[in-house]
Amino acid sequence: MSLIGARVLRKEDPNLITGRGQFVDDITPAGTVVMAFVMSTEPHSRIVNIHSADALALPGVLAVWTAADIAELSTLGLPGLGRPLLATDVVRFVGEPVAVVVAETKYIAADAAQLVIVDYESMPAAPSITTALADGAPVLHSVLGGNTVFDQPFVDDLAADFAAAPHTASLHLVNNRCAAVPIEPNACLADWGPSGLTLWATFQAPHHLRNTVAAYFGIPQDTTRVITPDVGGGFGAKINFVPEYFLACALSRKLARPVKYTQTRSECQVLMYHGRAQEQDVDVAYDDDARLLALRVRVTQDQGAYPDPTGMGLPVLTTAMAAGCYKIPKVAISWRNVVTNTTPVAAYRGAGRPEASYLIERIVDLVADQSGIDPVEVRRRNFIPTDEFPYATHSPLAVYDSGNFAGAMTELLTLFDYDALKAEQARRRNTRDEKLIGIGFSSWLEIAAFGPPGSLEGFGHLGSWESVQIRVQPDGSAIIYTGASPHGQGTVTTFAQIAAGELGIPFDKISVRHGDTATVPQGIGTMGSRATAVGGEGVRTASVRVVERAKVIAAHILEADPADIVLEGDGFAVNGTPSHSVPWSEVAWKSFRPLEIPTDSEPGSLDITVFQQVPNFSFPSGAYCCTVEIDRGTGEIEITGMYLVDDCGTVINPLLAEGQVHGGVAQGIAQALYEGISYDENGLPQNSTLMDYLIPAATELPSYTDGRVNTPTPNNGLGAKGIGESGSVGAPPAVVNAVVDALSHLGVQHLDMPITPLAVWNVLEEAK
Amino acid sequence: MIPVSFDYVEATSVEHALALFAEHDDSKFLAGGHSLVPMMKLRLVSSSVLIDIGRITELSYIEDRGDHIAVGALTRHREVEGSSLLAEHLGLLAHVAGQVGDPQVRNRGTLGGSLVHGDPAADLPSAALALGASMVITGAGGTRVVPAAEFFVNFLETAVGDGELLTEIRFPKRTGDGWAYQKFNRRAMDYAIVAVAVQLGQNPGIALVNMGSTPHFASAASAALAAGSPASAVADVVVEGTEAWNDANATREYREHLARVLTIRALAQTGYTS
Repeated sequence: MSLIGARVLRKEDPNLITGRGQFVDDITPAGTVVMAFVMSTEPHSRIVNIHSADALALPGVLAVWTAADIAELSTLGLPGLGRPLLATDVVRFVGEPVAVVVAETKYIAADAAQLVIVDYESMPAAPSITTALADGAPVLHSVLGGNTVFDQPFVDDLAADFAAAPHTASLHLVNNRCAAVPIEPNACLADWGPSGLTLWATFQAPHHLRNTVAAYFGIPQDTTRVITPDVGGGFGAKINFVPEYFLACALSRKLARPVKYTQTRSECQVLMYHGRAQEQDVDVAYDDDARLLALRVRVTQDQGAYPDPTGMGLPVLTTAMAAGCYKIPKVAISWRNVVTNTTPVAAYRGAGRPEASYLIERIVDLVADQSGIDPVEVRRRNFIPTDEFPYATHSPLAVYDSGNFAGAMTELLTLFDYDALKAEQARRRNTRDEKLIGIGFSSWLEIAAFGPPGSLEGFGHLGSWESVQIRVQPDGSAIIYTGASPHGQGTVTTFAQIAAGELGIPFDKISVRHGDTATVPQGIGTMGSRATAVGGEGVRTASVRVVERAKVIAAHILEADPADIVLEGDGFAVNGTPSHSVPWSEVAWKSFRPLEIPTDSEPGSLDITVFQQVPNFSFPSGAYCCTVEIDRGTGEIEITGMYLVDDCGTVINPLLAEGQVHGGVAQGIAQALYEGISYDENGLPQNSTLMDYLIPAATELPSYTDGRVNTPTPNNGLGAKGIGESGSVGAPPAVVNAVVDALSHLGVQHLDMPITPLAVWNVLEEAK
Repeated sequence: MIPVSFDYVEATSVEHALALFAEHDDSKFLAGGHSLVPMMKLRLVSSSVLIDIGRITELSYIEDRGDHIAVGALTRHREVEGSSLLAEHLGLLAHVAGQVGDPQVRNRGTLGGSLVHGDPAADLPSAALALGASMVITGAGGTRVVPAAEFFVNFLETAVGDGELLTEIRFPKRTGDGWAYQKFNRRAMDYAIVAVAVQLGQNPGIALVNMGSTPHFASAASAALAAGSPASAVADVVVEGTEAWNDANATREYREHLARVLTIRALAQTGYTS
């Protein structure tokens, strides 16, 4: 019986909620020692001297390494702009590791790290895009000459189209820098012994890490093992390579001890890759009916101090997805990457697509504001019609597979009374002090299912497929091994659901194993909303093949033709005569017994490995509405409603799909109203603890109202598009549009994220 | 988030705690630990010895003493929040205790610990100020009583000296009098950006949270309240004497505005009329 669409409780949860999960820091082989970083307190300085004698003299300290001790270890990231494992001569952001200390306990390590004194010679810093691009700006990497890493100019900037257009609208937008803040900060444990290297890491792509570490140290992959045990969230920040993984391995090799590194929260805030940090100049041209004629987008991506390949990809994705759900005759894109004296920037939930939906959904609202046409109507007039899929955009990356943008909007408007809310908004505006109401829409679209050949190879992955191996056990239960590497998604549950339906084996007799390069054949990992759409499809494909082979054995037992065998009850039966049947347990048992299977069959045949590919990306979409109330006395913004229509194609488990959306929306609300890493003008981070980096909790977030439309993707047999990033793509523009709408009668056309009560109060004061 | 190493000793009584303090150089008292421990983990504070006074049960009580209620310094916020005695006679105190942090913090944090920490952003000092509490301080030389208005000396500094303990806080009963606490913050668990505590009755008091380097008693506004001035007139003078600072959440100007708005709202909540 198919379990697709069933609200099955997660297989993962009993372990996690009884405290029996196992994370990297829970693993401590005998003899484990602990490493800690001495981190730069300076944004941009020359290292004059490092005094480590006092730290080395501390009892329990095994080693203190600086760049001089690891000269043979190569840099990470882009050739020529590589990120050293330990700062070499110059530090380029606050938090950059300058030295590493190893000690018997984490307490000694922390004390020793504090005893290492670094003499710096300060240099001017460029902690923002503006300062990095200014005339005479301090240059981070002399090889660049300036601070621009790459600049893709407009092919045609559409100047003539804009000059001829009846109307135009323009915005300069800042996508605030966000920290991923997984509940488990970065952690790793390296054990390099005579029989090889084992690296436990909290990471989203174990094979990718294994392959890279093996190549980095020039050791064979067969004796290099990466294990990602339970991983406490990643949000994209755990798909990039960081110095700690390589240093832990090198130190373990040198000291012949297992070496563990566990980041503290404050370290995580400045050392783990940040996300977003993108500025956009957006122009649209439109006619008298608010039909979009042309879109021009210039993206400037802050890469932080060292460009990462994933970070370099962010503006590519933003510009590819810039036109959103709309049919725009002409689109011009351009982008550049800029280095700054800040924490490096890479993927964070959505990675380039939240930035895209933000720019197009903000400017569409501005068109509505300027033209006086309702924002819902402006969207409707410009949606790509449902009968135009597959739809080729301005970008070869983005050929939209399927969608129903108008349908999602129609569904959204059934979830609340838009007209009544608008009337109440108008009434309140005429009162002296009643709260202002704002209504914000977002018809968003994103690119998911990173799986088409070539889509991940550019980021250094072996391929873009995902591996699935199904091994039917002699008792008729099944174990699925997959290269997808979940870290909170519930993949163990959804993959078992998919397999249960296809295999005819009960859900409770299917286990899903992942996160160990010694047991999983090969793998890519979990990122880019790909696990279900690529790996899940692999489960379906492998299951179909297992059943084909099982039918041969069942036919042999039932003395029938394999073509006549069907899945029936707890096993197989001859089509049309259900009583003529054999249970899975017997088929499985006999599949291992050469004398009881057809002479041309081999024992152990119910063991299938597939490397699943998909022909195209999928494009999850949706229509969101956020309603807010604004306190005119304090500027406080309260979200009063969050209406969420998602189209992720086929839903495997609604419980998990809703969880993904709600979590993503929470992160989107956080970006819009609460979060934002900031640096002062000197480059010092201003919010490196969770006291001042505001993550909203349940008390700040609204109840969500869910809706759904379903346009299955043609790219896989499941019809599933992916849903991991949807909420974080769709929510920020809806929230910002709502706040701007609430204040639009005061002439407000835009406010940058995060919109604080202080910012709102400033607007209200100015209007007085 | 890893503190400098320290020794730990457990005190069983007030006398024992004071003796331990005299015995150990560079020692600090540890009560609920919800201010001290985070600062130690950030290595902003270190101490060779922590003297744990959190297990001195004789300092955890809420007692009716006729005209006032005495609260032991080690009474947890959760007990203050849930006390029916306080709910009847000192509604402001019980309510404010329920606004501190989150339930985990309130189950560990103590009234005395919060007051002695002297954080201008903390909730409970404002209740002590608005209610005209008296602080009982015990040291080797005996016991002295300091009015709340003289207790908060400087940033994170109170009248409690080295080798002394705040042992009891006495609150005059305010049975039947109106009160309100208006707290403005970004997240429910956060410290206030600004908060205003109002107690009506015979000796009305208004106190402000996070409007300067110490918890602040708004004397001009309190006097205006005693004189029966209109709410707007009270609010007009509520920031007199404050020195609010600018930070990521608020400018001084915005804080002063919030203090006025919250004062008007607090007074409206009490049903105050001039």
